[in-house]
Amino acid sequence: MSADWPLWEVFIRARGGLSHRHVGSVHAPDSAIALKHARDVYTRRMEGVSIWVARSSEIAASDPAEAGPTFAPAETKVYRHPTFYSIPPHVKNM
Amino acid sequence: MDDPIFTYALRIGDDALVLGQRVSEWCGTAPTLEVDLSLANVALDLIGQATLFLGLAGEIEGAGRDADRLAFFRDVDAFQNALMVEQPNGDFARTIARQFLFSTYQEGFYGALSHSAEPRLAAIAAKAVKEVRYHAALAGDWIVRLGDGTDESRQRMIEALDWHWRFVDELFAMDAGERALLEKSIAVDRAALRPAFDAAVGAILAAGDLPAPRYPQRPVMGGRRGHHSEHLGHLLATLQHIPRSYPDARW
Repeated sequence: MSADWPLWEVFIRARGGLSHRHVGSVHAPDSAIALKHARDVYTRRMEGVSIWVARSSEIAASDPAEAGPTFAPAETKVYRHPTFYSIPPHVKNM
Repeated sequence: MDDPIFTYALRIGDDALVLGQRVSEWCGTAPTLEVDLSLANVALDLIGQATLFLGLAGEIEGAGRDADRLAFFRDVDAFQNALMVEQPNGDFARTIARQFLFSTYQEGFYGALSHSAEPRLAAIAAKAVKEVRYHAALAGDWIVRLGDGTDESRQRMIEALDWHWRFVDELFAMDAGERALLEKSIAVDRAALRPAFDAAVGAILAAGDLPAPRYPQRPVMGGRRGHHSEHLGHLLATLQHIPRSYPDARW
């Protein structure tokens, strides 16, 4: 039965102020049921305050075979890291 | 003569206990892993409510019986649950139909009970109403989808609602004991909950394009007086046989 249903990726916000994080997936016939399934599968132990679900088939992913051309060029660009700035002492979290 | 508040807490607890035990029968056999977890969560919520209401009943009775004692060491005719909750699960449609009808009733009942003049009843109800509101919404979603799904799912949902409808009136019936508690603002006026129940059921049936339930028999009642269907005895045998076989066991 669940094989007839589309797959949904589940994202949970653990606390206010944090981003939603991918936690897994559920099968469900539509988004409303997917949210309820996600609640029952992934928030049984108070793991979250907000849930997103997205059809897995709607997510576009980078091609692992193209990992070299996609990510390698960034390796040598150390100047893109803001490590050359000194942080004023009264700035606590940066 | 039992304390009427003991009887009242007992029957609320029995409703939750028996339905929780029934729904837990799906554990490991539900149509999908996701539905299995959903139904197990519902069952655990209900068992938790039963523990609180039966614990309170034992406290009021003051005879040394705790929630476990009341759950495991009473015979079938001492149970005062409504007949709907002891009915066999049937297929998924019948389980969902019962869950929707009962949780919708329970949502109104606990909502009203949270204003009871007996503060311990009110406190448990205020906690439990959030749980059953979710159960009603979950089951309602499934009723709409099965009603509006395939020809077979629609037919099964129509039959499931027809099958359970004979047990609905008992949920809203009051006996003399409850009426006396109502005069003290302790018990809920069940009859006053019926219009909101009918409206909530009507809205879900309309959304699922389902007809109003029909049943050939007159309403079936008697659970509050301990007059049960044959099914409750079998359920209690499963529920009670370990503690009765090993009454001193601790775990």
